[in-house]
Amino acid sequence: MTEKRHLLSILVDNEPGVLSRIVGLFSGRGYNIESLCVAETMDPAISRITMTTRGNPMIIEQIKKQLNKLVNVLKVFDLTGQEYVQREMVLIKVTAVQQHRAEILRITDIFRGQVVDVGQDHFTIKITGDNEKISAILSLLRPFGIREIARTGSIALFREKK
Amino acid sequence: MSKLTGAQILMEMLKEEGVDTIFGYPGGAVIDVYDELEKTDINHYLVRHEQGAVHAADGYARASGKVGVCLVTSGPGATNTVTGIASAYMDSIPLVVFTGQVPTKLIGNDAFQEVDIVGITRPCTKHNYLVSDVKNLARKVKEAFHIARSGRPGPVLVDLPKDVVNATTNFSPPGEISLRSYNPTYEPNIKQLKKVVSLIRTAKKPVVFSGGGVVLSKAHEELTEFARKGQIPVTSTLMGLGAFPGTDPLWLGMLGMHGTYRANMAVTDCDLLISVGVRFDDRVTGKTDEFASQAKIVQIDIDPTSIQKNVQVSVPVVGDCKISLRQLNELLETEECSDRAEDRQEWLAQIDEWKRTTPLAYKQEDIIKPQYVIDKLYELTKGDAIITTEVGQNQMWAAQYYHFREPGRFITSGGLGVMGFGLPAAIGAQVGAPGNLVVDVAGDGSIQMNIQEMATAVQYNLPVKVVILNNCFLGMVRQWQELFYNKRYASTQFHHTPDFVKLAEAYGAKGLRAKTPDEVEKVLSEGLAHPGAVIMDFVVEQEECVYPMVPAGAPIKNMLLV
Ligand SMILES: Cc1ncc(C[n+]2csc(CCOP(=O)(O)OP(=O)(O)O)c2C)c(N)n1
Repeated sequence: MTEKRHLLSILVDNEPGVLSRIVGLFSGRGYNIESLCVAETMDPAISRITMTTRGNPMIIEQIKKQLNKLVNVLKVFDLTGQEYVQREMVLIKVTAVQQHRAEILRITDIFRGQVVDVGQDHFTIKITGDNEKISAILSLLRPFGIREIARTGSIALFREKK
Repeated sequence: MSKLTGAQILMEMLKEEGVDTIFGYPGGAVIDVYDELEKTDINHYLVRHEQGAVHAADGYARASGKVGVCLVTSGPGATNTVTGIASAYMDSIPLVVFTGQVPTKLIGNDAFQEVDIVGITRPCTKHNYLVSDVKNLARKVKEAFHIARSGRPGPVLVDLPKDVVNATTNFSPPGEISLRSYNPTYEPNIKQLKKVVSLIRTAKKPVVFSGGGVVLSKAHEELTEFARKGQIPVTSTLMGLGAFPGTDPLWLGMLGMHGTYRANMAVTDCDLLISVGVRFDDRVTGKTDEFASQAKIVQIDIDPTSIQKNVQVSVPVVGDCKISLRQLNELLETEECSDRAEDRQEWLAQIDEWKRTTPLAYKQEDIIKPQYVIDKLYELTKGDAIITTEVGQNQMWAAQYYHFREPGRFITSGGLGVMGFGLPAAIGAQVGAPGNLVVDVAGDGSIQMNIQEMATAVQYNLPVKVVILNNCFLGMVRQWQELFYNKRYASTQFHHTPDFVKLAEAYGAKGLRAKTPDEVEKVLSEGLAHPGAVIMDFVVEQEECVYPMVPAGAPIKNMLLV
């Protein structure tokens, strides 16, 4: 059985300890968390966890069932294979010496990014997009010397029927 | 509405939940709770170790069908419950464990006897709570009982900070609770059940494989009816023993590592495996690739996570075992069917052949064989006793040679395999089913893990009988060393063991010993007839092995036989 990345959107009670139950489930059973993003929803009693995980179909099925079994989990959506919009934000601190500055700004522009901090020899750039877009800009900036990055992890919602 | 303290509210809620029995051990963090408990009619059993309290509550729950309840203090009191909770979690036993906690202001300060028991038990409870406000106490207690006993049952822990039990609030009992994120599925999907029926119609070599879920949902009558109607032979997990009568001609015996030859062969060879309330533990499946590899597998379980976890299933059915089997029986009733007994003749004949050529067997010679002790125990109790076990060879021989006819009669730590479970569980079972003969089948190793509970048995006049199969070894580990480690008995031999007869007497119980085969029946008769607690020490063959045995990870048809 082949492994595949899945994007899960999980609605949970917004209570202390709930995230720990979820993370504990993954570590205890040897499942993988590739990224994780948690915040309150419109209803302050409920939080949404957006998570990317990886596994063969049997494992993914177990993950969804095990999540559903937790008393604090209200609903688990598997977005993979569905119509959805997904975004991630990344902050990239890239070395920007004089002769590269223009080129870096051009790339940032093409990706509709923003320079959020400037120094003598660096830029910090903010980019939002899906996974591919972020990988693409990272590989373009790598030759200039990426010093640090911070990524939010994916967030996503189903697309509404038009 | 009246103003009550947290401790008083707890008592009100316990009464509302019908709790009349608690196993526990006091300490500073729960002294106020104990002070209130003393004023109620609830019977509190003071054990000698908190682990004993949880196993006792486990035995009580299984023997009585009610939720087992424990009360312990913070810190070490709480950590001592962890093994018992983990065992109950693996075996899906409904428990509510109340632990004391330091005052909320001190939580996180490494206060005296502070431990994050909610954090520690998160992976081994069905759910747990830290009650941080007395206003939520009544509701949390209600939820705890609801979660413990519904769906796939399990232990729930409620952590009670000292200031919360002392705070006061207006108390009014919470009404019915509904949890938006917790709704177990009881009703099976009828379409799935119809698929099962059509598989039964065409199967030539079906087997029913039943487990602890059948015992827990009290589906034994439905199971028996189902098997007889379909003329389908039945095997079971360790946890499922007793759900189908061990004396019925369709009974195959237990499945798995120490299963019977015919059960393991039948499952290997079957074309339809109808599994009910099982979770396909590795001790039962052996190598999963070769487990019932020619069969269509049906799996009925209330817990969706049990389905398709370890083996691929053709027809999953999420639902309560009892309701599902009842509906299956109704569907089978309306089925136009040829004479099933005739259809099955060949298959049942094959099974008989396996039974005839390779039965469970041992030879009683000069030294007492442990199997012989269980055989005699079965004979003398006419199969009516409640048997608890420790873990190891004693547990397997009890499972093989005591033929359980009813559920709730075999109480063992199946999933976690906790040595030291049997004696406290026997105490709990005796409390939960008074008037029954309760026997703990023990090894000389395991019994020493919670032997202190003899004092509890004597204090409360609980006439439990302990049958020690004394082989001076950690027998099951020794068996593995004999078979797979060239008889290198690394740290499995006891060079010193207490005199269990004297030990029994020191506890104020009766002690008896049998050294030769002809003394076995005499000692058992005398011990079982004694009105109080008894330890019977049987000096058995030291290097006897449990057979059949499937080496860990091998296909279950690869059995080592006597
Ligand atoms: C608490 C605990 N520790 C260790 C084990 C590992 N273990 C499984 S069986 C066994 C030997 C049990 O010996 P004994 O109680 O004398 O029973 P016998 O097998 O001889 O019948 C051991 C050590 C266990 N199951 N539980």
